[in-house]
Amino acid sequence: MTEIQYRVAKNIKDACAAMAAAKGKGYVLAGGTDLLVQMKSGVREPGTIVDVKKIPEMVSITEKNGAFIVGAATPAAVIGEHKKLKKAWPGVVEAINLIGSTQVQGRASAGGNLCNASPAADSVPALVAAGVTANIVGPKGKRSVPVEKFNAGPGKTTLKPGEILVSLSFPKRAKNASDAYLRLIPRTEMDIAVVGVGVNLAMKGDTVTDARVGLGAVAPTVLLVDKAAKALIGSKLDDKALEAAAQACSDACKPIDDKRGTIKYRTKIAGVLLKRAAMIARDRINGIEHPGHR
Amino acid sequence: MAKIHVSTTINGAATEYLCDPNQTLLEVLRDTLGLTGSKEGCGSGDCGACSVTINGRLVCSCLVLAPEAQGAKIETIEGMADGEKLHPLQKKFVEMAALQCGICTPGFLVASKALLAKNPNPTETQVRYWLAGNLCRCTGYDKIITAVMDVAAEMRGAAK
Amino acid sequence: MSTQGNPKYKWIGTRPDRPDGADKVTGRARFGADFNLPGQLIGKVLRSPHPHAVIKSIDTSKAEALPGVKAVVTAKDFPEQANLIVPTGEMQVNLRDITRNIMAREKALYEGHPVAAVAAVSEAIAKQALGLIKVDYKVLPHVIDVAEAMKPNAPVLHDTMITEGVNPPPKKASNIAKRIEFNKGDTKAGFAEAEVVIEKDFTTQAVHQGYIEPHAALASASEDGQVQVWSTTQGHFQVRGFCAKLLNLETSQIRVTATEIGGGFGGKTVVYLEPLAIRLSQKTGKPVKMTMTREEVFRASGPAPGGNIKVKIGAKKDGRIVAAECTVEMQAGAFPGSPVGPACMCSYACYDIDNIHIVGFDVVSNRPKVAAYRAPGAPISAWAVESALDMLAQKLKIDPIDLRLKNAAKRGTKTAYGVTFNTIGMVETLEAARNSEHYRTPVKPGYARGVAAGFWFNVGADSSAAAHVGEDGSVTVISGNPDIGGSRASLALMAAEELGVDYEKVRPVIADTASIGFNFVTGGSRVTFATGLAVVNSVRDMIRELKVRAAKIWNVDPEAVIWENGMAKPAGSNVGDFEPLTLAQLAAQAGKTGGPINGHAQLNVTGAGPGFGVHVCDLKVDNDTGCVTVGRYTAAQDVGTAIHPSYVEGQLQGGAVQGIGWALNEEYIYNAKGRLDNPGFLDYRMPVASDLPMIETILVEVPNPTHPYGVRGVGEVPIIPPLAAVGNAIARATGVRMTDLPMSPPRLSEALDAAAPRMAAD
Repeated sequence: MTEIQYRVAKNIKDACAAMAAAKGKGYVLAGGTDLLVQMKSGVREPGTIVDVKKIPEMVSITEKNGAFIVGAATPAAVIGEHKKLKKAWPGVVEAINLIGSTQVQGRASAGGNLCNASPAADSVPALVAAGVTANIVGPKGKRSVPVEKFNAGPGKTTLKPGEILVSLSFPKRAKNASDAYLRLIPRTEMDIAVVGVGVNLAMKGDTVTDARVGLGAVAPTVLLVDKAAKALIGSKLDDKALEAAAQACSDACKPIDDKRGTIKYRTKIAGVLLKRAAMIARDRINGIEHPGHR
Repeated sequence: MAKIHVSTTINGAATEYLCDPNQTLLEVLRDTLGLTGSKEGCGSGDCGACSVTINGRLVCSCLVLAPEAQGAKIETIEGMADGEKLHPLQKKFVEMAALQCGICTPGFLVASKALLAKNPNPTETQVRYWLAGNLCRCTGYDKIITAVMDVAAEMRGAAK
Repeated sequence: MSTQGNPKYKWIGTRPDRPDGADKVTGRARFGADFNLPGQLIGKVLRSPHPHAVIKSIDTSKAEALPGVKAVVTAKDFPEQANLIVPTGEMQVNLRDITRNIMAREKALYEGHPVAAVAAVSEAIAKQALGLIKVDYKVLPHVIDVAEAMKPNAPVLHDTMITEGVNPPPKKASNIAKRIEFNKGDTKAGFAEAEVVIEKDFTTQAVHQGYIEPHAALASASEDGQVQVWSTTQGHFQVRGFCAKLLNLETSQIRVTATEIGGGFGGKTVVYLEPLAIRLSQKTGKPVKMTMTREEVFRASGPAPGGNIKVKIGAKKDGRIVAAECTVEMQAGAFPGSPVGPACMCSYACYDIDNIHIVGFDVVSNRPKVAAYRAPGAPISAWAVESALDMLAQKLKIDPIDLRLKNAAKRGTKTAYGVTFNTIGMVETLEAARNSEHYRTPVKPGYARGVAAGFWFNVGADSSAAAHVGEDGSVTVISGNPDIGGSRASLALMAAEELGVDYEKVRPVIADTASIGFNFVTGGSRVTFATGLAVVNSVRDMIRELKVRAAKIWNVDPEAVIWENGMAKPAGSNVGDFEPLTLAQLAAQAGKTGGPINGHAQLNVTGAGPGFGVHVCDLKVDNDTGCVTVGRYTAAQDVGTAIHPSYVEGQLQGGAVQGIGWALNEEYIYNAKGRLDNPGFLDYRMPVASDLPMIETILVEVPNPTHPYGVRGVGEVPIIPPLAAVGNAIARATGVRMTDLPMSPPRLSEALDAAAPRMAAD
């Protein structure tokens, strides 16, 4: 049994070195809301636990030329309190703020959510729809990757040994653009998403000029559904366009039957949520906010 | 396993302890420091019975590693009363019978206190969603929600 | 909701602070896992990963050799038990089965079944030791589902199990432990008279009581054979009794202290860890502390059973029910003893029906042995019966409350199980529901309303209590029932009322098994009723003695003394011109007038009044997703006299919410390998605060004539109506009659989709 060590990384270089030295048994500790659960159940057995929460760029939100950079280990609660980020990307922020309870929100991070690579992760469909890129640092230097290409399968990222996800870069927010995230859960809180849909829209008047759709919990990784976006672009979000986009989402699903939902159910809900999320995004562009529970 | 020496502040008191790297804050509070007010209901962050605040932030202590408390300010249920004087939330919970078996009560009190510190005027819906991470099986939540809203109103009145 | 108290009484009906309130809101109160002893070892259990397997051998040598491990136990450390049935809470268990449930012998019969336990100096070492125990299993085919388990070629769990209650008895062993039957009148004739017949099959899944505190026990055995146990339990006398039998000890050798208990709902009326902790402590000479993880609670502690229910109801067009039948097939888990009896008995107990025929089957399968859960069995049959009654109401176009009023049980109604009701409150409760603000308010657009009723017997059983007064006149009242929901306050209120002193002057204490006489468990909705009666009687005993002391001081006959408002007074002016003597004054002179002034009482209480509940649920259904939002909920119940109304309301609210969870999302999900797929709060979905509205309560006070303060048990009835109240609302919202629980979004969505073409065609 590998002896467990706990290290607080002073900076990114320190963190990478610690991960490399751990020879495959290193685990980054951000909020710990996945890692500790997995350690207790024996799914993950450190090695070295590398606490990155003292690294400033990993726990802060900065803005450069209208584009946000969010530290990968920034707690969800902190993200939810960032007014400017919330105004520009309400869909991403609400998605991140749906991860777990208030207590979990005090610790869980978007980076951790992405790196845990659950197909049902709440933040990811919205990050994908937003066109966010993941900034990675490793022994061979830096690289960036679109979020939709970050994960390889359930529980599997594309990070190479010694690499750490450091931050998430948002594109510059266009005018008349907004986003929304909806998930289906059996209760009103505390559940893993049965289906999650993120829709990001830009409009000119009542016509959609750009769109991106992220679909979660219906495939081994979160999907960027180009076909759904194409069905929306150029449309006035009329019934026909929405139906086509919904169908595209249902078609893109490769879900499983499990204790949370059936293939049939997930496939249907993917379409239902697409329509609802698109309307919310559109309404936000028009200055109408739906009274969400938060 | 080599023990880690931690210096922290718990309920305003400077506290030191030795812990294993993989012990949780909840284990240390309960088994090392004798602060058994925080409870283990599930060990996986799904019930909120272990709620504490770290630097003012509401968290589940079962999902915090004990060494992470280094240099932090931890508040547990044991720090809520002021000497013999119960916090208004504690008093109201007893008055309104917002507890039956009482196992979830410390978690609810810590979570409610954190809510009112952030939002002194929550709606019923906001209170319910904030407390969704605290499970209660005895009360059906009704009297808990009423107690929190009553205290919120009283504290707002007192603040004027 | 009245805050003014009960006009008949000074203290009863008021809402003072509970005596243990300060401790419970500060974290000072100590629950099971909060107890520790110096030098204690930590005990952990090795559990079978297989749902059904022969245990060929267990090699514990490597575990025993691990440094830090002080003892290992298996079945050979526990004596064999005779075939002996004992009551436990409201269920019956066989000791031969119990010793196997706490530690497997010949077979592992469910995933999670204990096969060994270790005690070590730390939890980490104990866990490591479990990994070193080698069990040689011969895996057998398993069966999870009741219907499957009843089939002739199902894997058989117990090769000596011949179905009881069948004549002639079957020749082959099966998984059907027994068949029971209840009859009244002649249902064949009754159905011949019926103008409308409703016939439907329903199912429910196993659900867990969901107490937030996992099981915990601490045992310390001495070299002289004495044993001390601290256990989070609903019945420490029960723990003592079980452990004595399971370990061949005398009950007086075991002293059990009930810690504060973090929920039980019936699930903590049995033993799991205590006998193991005691045995490990005996072997090591050290205290042994054991707790269950949440996962262990789900995999290995007893849930409530699921079942299959067939219902057939015949009625006249005016709604009068002329015949009713019900068949219940109920899961017992790995050993016999499901609450199929109560399920059958309660099924039609709300109604006055001349012809009733009920059959029940107790069926074993490879799942944990079921334990009681709040009105054991009743919610399951009520789900079916109350849904069927709603179908009848819809068919006849009669208001669902009116339909029930037409058929309501009353004083003099004879049930199918042979009891004739005394004064009961079914009619009053129905009327209270009908007259409620909720029911008189039109249903909001988009919402629909469901109504359902429920019945529970409530029990009495044994209680012992004592009362004594300190030199300054303050009173201690001692009883032996763990306080699960605020009963200390109710006991103190009754004692204060009886004595005529301030509630604050009465301290209730819950004693351990050595310090008070026998008490049956906290359960069966019995504590305020039965233990309350024992407390009242012990106070009366003390008052009798107080009058004797006053008589001595005044040199008059004790018959000439009365007790009023906390004082002894002469019965009349002819007795003499004596100033009243307060409790404090008499207490101060106790030594001079005959010694300490104590009272005690011990009784087996009968005459527990049954309870009836009627619930109203308004909800809306998202037709596209199958998600249900409960918008308004009212629970009406006849509660006898509400001693502390806040805690009575709390019982109604808590039970209603458990029922809502049972209806909408809670279930045990087993995979094809017979392993539990959702042993945690993430995927065992209990209601959270944001799922619910406020739960309105209507306390209908129909006093129970057999209790001095009219107390009726209240705790269990509230969980019975919600299942059908929710289902009936969904039926009225969607036109779709759900028959299987839980009505989770994927299931409801599928049912709606299946119905859509039919409804479009209509």
